[in-house]
Amino acid sequence: MEPFTRLEAVAAPLDIANVDTDRIIPARFLRLPRSAGYHNYLFHDLREAGGFVLDDPAYRSAKILVAAENFGCGSSREGAVWALAGAGLRAWIAPSFGDIFFENSFKNGALPVILPAPRVRQIRQLLAARPGTKLVIDLAAQTVALPEGSLEHFEVDPFRKECLLKGWDEIDLTLQHEAAIAAYEARQRSETPWLAKP
Amino acid sequence: MGRTLYEKIWAAHEVACGPGGRSLLYVDRHLIHDGSFHAFEALSHAGRKLRRPDLCLATPDHYVPTRDRLNIPDPQVRGKMESLLANASAGGIRHFSMDDARQGIVHVVGPEQGFTQPGVTLVCGDSHTSTHGAFGAIAFGIGASEVAQVLATQTLWARRAKTLRINVSGTLAPGIASKDLILAIIARIGAAGGAGHALEYAGSAIRALSMEARLTICNMSIEAGARCGMIAPDDTTYAYLAGRPFAPAGADWDRALSRWRELPTDADARFDREVDLEAGAIAPMVTWGTSPEDALAVSALVPEGKPDALKYMGLEPGQRLEGLAMDRVFIGSCTNSRLEDLRVVAAVVKGRKAVIPSMVVPGSGLVKKAAEAEGLDKVFREAGLEWLEPGCSMCVGMNGDLVDAGKRCASTSNRNFEGRQGKGARTHLMSPAMAAAAAVTGCITDVRKLLAP
Ligand code: SF4
Repeated sequence: MEPFTRLEAVAAPLDIANVDTDRIIPARFLRLPRSAGYHNYLFHDLREAGGFVLDDPAYRSAKILVAAENFGCGSSREGAVWALAGAGLRAWIAPSFGDIFFENSFKNGALPVILPAPRVRQIRQLLAARPGTKLVIDLAAQTVALPEGSLEHFEVDPFRKECLLKGWDEIDLTLQHEAAIAAYEARQRSETPWLAKP
Repeated sequence: MGRTLYEKIWAAHEVACGPGGRSLLYVDRHLIHDGSFHAFEALSHAGRKLRRPDLCLATPDHYVPTRDRLNIPDPQVRGKMESLLANASAGGIRHFSMDDARQGIVHVVGPEQGFTQPGVTLVCGDSHTSTHGAFGAIAFGIGASEVAQVLATQTLWARRAKTLRINVSGTLAPGIASKDLILAIIARIGAAGGAGHALEYAGSAIRALSMEARLTICNMSIEAGARCGMIAPDDTTYAYLAGRPFAPAGADWDRALSRWRELPTDADARFDREVDLEAGAIAPMVTWGTSPEDALAVSALVPEGKPDALKYMGLEPGQRLEGLAMDRVFIGSCTNSRLEDLRVVAAVVKGRKAVIPSMVVPGSGLVKKAAEAEGLDKVFREAGLEWLEPGCSMCVGMNGDLVDAGKRCASTSNRNFEGRQGKGARTHLMSPAMAAAAAVTGCITDVRKLLAP
C-alpha cells in the first residue's frame, strides 16, 4: 500500500448528511468484479442528476473529500471505499462516519478524519467559496492545516496510524509475525491435532 | 480472579500483540460463501497465497436459486457459483457445490458438519457468523479485506471486546421458542445494546435449550449490536457433535472433551455488564417496525414513537398486532431453517391449509433430506406450502426471491430492515411456529390458540 504521511491536495465539499454506502456506490454495481473499476460508479445516481461537485473541473484533482455527518453509513460493503479510492481520493473529513466504512477506509490506505461538526461546516463553506483550495493533512502530527493558517488536531487509533504511515496493509504487518504464527501452528498440531486437521 | 468463556478462548488464540491494544488472533475455522469473491480477487491482485486452505469450508448460499438450479438465467448469478467453485478448487478449499447434499447456508452447514466446535475462533464474511458461538466459540463476521487477510495469514488483528452476560432464568412456556426469547432479549437491550461487547447467554432457560435452539439465539447477537454471542458448551453440545464428519474422533475426541470441559466461565469471573431476564414471562414475539428491537408480544398494540418505521410498515399506533393480515410467509434463513424448526412448522400446519403464499426453505441439503425422511415435505405440500431448495432465499432476496413493495411477510429470518426482503417490503419477524400460524390463518395469530387441545 502507498504510505500515507502528508497529503497536500485539493479538497471537495460534499454538503449532504447521512450519505450511505448505497449512494457512494449503488448495490447493483457490486455484483461486478472489482476490475470493472468501481470508481466508474462512484456516486453514480447523484452524478446522473448533474452538477455533482466532483464533476466540477475545479475539483477534478481532489484527493480529499469534506463530507457531513454520518458519512458512509449503511451496509458493510467495502466497495464504497474502493470506489472512492479508485477515483484518487485518499482522505475524507467529516464530523462522524458509519462504523464499518470507517474501518474499511484504513484497510485500503485511506484516512478518515473526524473533526467537530461546526468546524467541518466552515471548511465546506470555505471550499465552496474558493473552489480548488488545498488542505494539508499531516498524519504523523495528526493535524489538518487550513488555508487561513489554522491547524486542526484530530485523533487516530495508533495501530491504524502506524499501518498508514508505513504503507503497510494489515497482511504485510501480519507477515512480520510469521515466526509466531508458525510456532502457534506447531503447538496446535501437537496439543490440539483435531483443530489443525479438520 | 476467574475468567469468562470469551476471555479463555481469546487468550488461547493470541499469537502476538500489536500497537493500540490489538492482538493478532489465530483463526481455527473459516467459512466461505458465494459472496466471498472480492477477497479472492484482492488476493490474486496482490499475488498472495492461501496459508491454510485446509481450515476453510466453502458452500454457496446467498445467490443460489431455490427453484430451478440447473438453469440460472442471470449470468451474474451463475458467475457467482462458478467463481466460488473456481476459487475453491484453485485454492484447495473443500467445497460443497450445488449438486452436493451437504450444500446449504454456511451457518447451518458449519454446525451440521461438526466444523464448528467448542473453543475455536471461527470467522466468515457474513455478519451472522455469530451463530456459531452456540458451541462456545468466538465466532464473528468480517469484511472483504479481513477475509483476504485470513486467507493469506490465518490470523486477524482484533481488539478484545467487553463482556456482557445475559442470564435467563426459569423455563420457556409451551409454544414459546428460542426465537421468541432472542427477540425479547433484543427488545430489552436494544439493537445497539450489545455494541462493543461479546455476549454470553447463560441461565437455566439457556441450558435447557437444544443445540438448534441455541444457534437461533446466537445467530441474532449481531441484531443486538454485538459482533459475537456465545453459550458455554455442555453435554447437549457434546452429544450434538459426537460422530459428525469434522468432529474429533477416537482418542482425539477424549482429549478434546477434557479441554472443552475447561471452557465454561469460572464461577468467580466478572463481566463488564449483566442483564437478567425471566423466561416464564415471555410470550410469542412479533416485530412491528424496521429494527429487530421493535419486537412485542403478539397480544400487544403497535406503539408510538417511531413515525418513520410506522410509515414504512403502514401501521398506526394503537393498532392490534394480532389479526394483522399478512401477504406471504417465509420460513427459512440461518436463524430458523433447521430440522427442529421444520418439525414445529409441520406440527402447526398439519391438517390445515395455507391461505397465503408460503415458502419453506431448508437450511441445507441434509436438513432437506432429513425432513423428507420424516415425511415433513408431504405435510407441507398437503398444507399448500412450497418446499424448496436450500439457501438464503428470501432472507435477503439476492437470488431473486423477493417480497413485493408494500406487501407484508411473516418471516422467520433475522432482519426487518427497510428493503431487506425487497424494495418496500414489510417484514414481520417471528418464530417458525408463529409463521406457520400466519400461513394457515393469513394473519398474525397467537400460535398457542392453534396448538390448544
Ligand atoms: S440466511 Fe440471511 S442472514 Fe443468514 S447468511 Fe443468508 S442472507 Fe445472511
